[in-house]
Amino acid sequence: MSWQGWAAILFWALALALNVQIANRYGNARWARVFVPTLFGITLLVLWQGLVRGLAVSPVILPAPSDIAARFVQSLPLLWGDFTQTILKGALSGYVIGCTTAVLTAIAVDRFPFLQRGLLPVGNFVAALPIVGIAPILVMWFGFDWQSKAAVVVVMVFFPVLVNMVAGLAATDALQRDLMRTYSASYRDALLKLRLPAAMPFLFNGLKIATTLALIGAIVAEFFGSPTRGMGFRISTAVGQLDLPLVWAEIAVAALAGSGIFGLMTLAEKAVTFWHPSQRGR
Amino acid sequence: MNRVLPVLTVLFAILVIWYGAAVILNRAWVLDQAARSGTEVGFGQMLHETMTQERPVLPAPHQVAKGLWDGIAGQKITSKRSLVWHAGVTLSATLAGFALGTAAGLLLAIGIVHNRAMDMSVMPWAIASQTIPILAIAPMVIVVLASLGIKGLLPKALIAAYLSFFPVLVGMVKGLRAPDGMQLDLLRTYSASQGQTLRMLRLPSSVPYLFASLKVGIAAALVGTIVAELPAGATAGLGARLLSGSYYGQTIQIWAALFAAAILAAVLVMLIGAAERATLKRMGFVR
Repeated sequence: MSWQGWAAILFWALALALNVQIANRYGNARWARVFVPTLFGITLLVLWQGLVRGLAVSPVILPAPSDIAARFVQSLPLLWGDFTQTILKGALSGYVIGCTTAVLTAIAVDRFPFLQRGLLPVGNFVAALPIVGIAPILVMWFGFDWQSKAAVVVVMVFFPVLVNMVAGLAATDALQRDLMRTYSASYRDALLKLRLPAAMPFLFNGLKIATTLALIGAIVAEFFGSPTRGMGFRISTAVGQLDLPLVWAEIAVAALAGSGIFGLMTLAEKAVTFWHPSQRGR
Repeated sequence: MNRVLPVLTVLFAILVIWYGAAVILNRAWVLDQAARSGTEVGFGQMLHETMTQERPVLPAPHQVAKGLWDGIAGQKITSKRSLVWHAGVTLSATLAGFALGTAAGLLLAIGIVHNRAMDMSVMPWAIASQTIPILAIAPMVIVVLASLGIKGLLPKALIAAYLSFFPVLVGMVKGLRAPDGMQLDLLRTYSASQGQTLRMLRLPSSVPYLFASLKVGIAAALVGTIVAELPAGATAGLGARLLSGSYYGQTIQIWAALFAAAILAAVLVMLIGAAERATLKRMGFVR
């Protein structure tokens, strides 16, 4: 192993010691909560870089982070095109359609306890199934372009959101519902003023699960056929050409997009459910 | 009865919608064929023809059921056309990965609960990694590992392990922290060591959390294995069956493979559910 490898291991040991010190001494301070994980992440990157360089690992197997970063910057327009095709067109449109239908279905189902008792077990069951498998069928039906990807995403996000929303609409307790009744609130009033707000924490739980599912659905559906752009298409062709830095750059885009959308959802949750105990007292 | 009837109604409604959709989606092909041969088809004739096509756009439920039955019971188990054989291939990788992922998740959770530095540095990344669509790169991992000469069960199991790892980690960290301060204090007054506290208090009280995350984990492991079987060249497993069906337009084969996967997932989750009920009952969690 050459000097880069040893340097990386030395850096790792020093950072580890520093992290242990900080965690034990200032574990409750706010800056430590940000600093410790950040340093840990940096250490992983340094270790990866140092070991790949130090052990002279072939870039076909595992490229170094610096190679990936260089490829990322170099092929920005390409990555942006894939991003719009897969994330903006495929995943986001499917996500919006799927979540909206799920919420509306949940509200409709909620009016009829009979349907609720019937649909909830079925929905729970379907939510645990390998729904990604439906991708080849939908690609056959809706063609190779983004519409089929959006359709896969709709099916994938529908059930988790539905199950959570139905549970959320049932989350008010008898006392609260009785209060609404003593105000002689109509169904609509009770729904708008009590049950929808009370369902929001559950809804956001479902929406957050659905963000990752949406990206997975959109990318995996491209393995079954796609136009000559898109992240799934690029990953599978770049693997064929052994252009691993490009593959990792696409993965970086997927990771950034995934945590970005998740972060947006968390912000929206904070704004909407500010009253909930889990959001207060931090 | 109060619970069975609504479920049956919903299932019946799904079946009716499915038949209706099959007629509507497959009608174009029947009308096209009739127009080419210059014959007229009556309504009954058309209904019949939409349900008996070789490669329908949407196979009718009974066609899928027949495809599933042929695949499960109509072949020798060792035959490459047997769904049981393919499901077995998928199942072995799923279980291997699940065991690996669960063990790793458990160990890391124990480490995180006992070491503050590990908790602060690893946990935020573990949670952040949940937002990354890691499953989408599964086929790439398979191809890269294959170029290194690692083939067969192991690469698929690795992806299944990765996917079942996080639910177990997150659930177990919660579970191992479930004992409240009073219980921990009691053990401290007994001057119990960390190992004893872990064995006698933390592990037993984490069991409900463990089972909840095992259920999520095994479903995730199955999905991971199926997606890992997608890259071209894979010939065995339910994922490969899906892919070859989509290449050759064999819609009935796709649906049969899909339902086989669904049944497999349901059986696995139900088995863990049964183990959960039995264990929790014996441990006195359920009264």
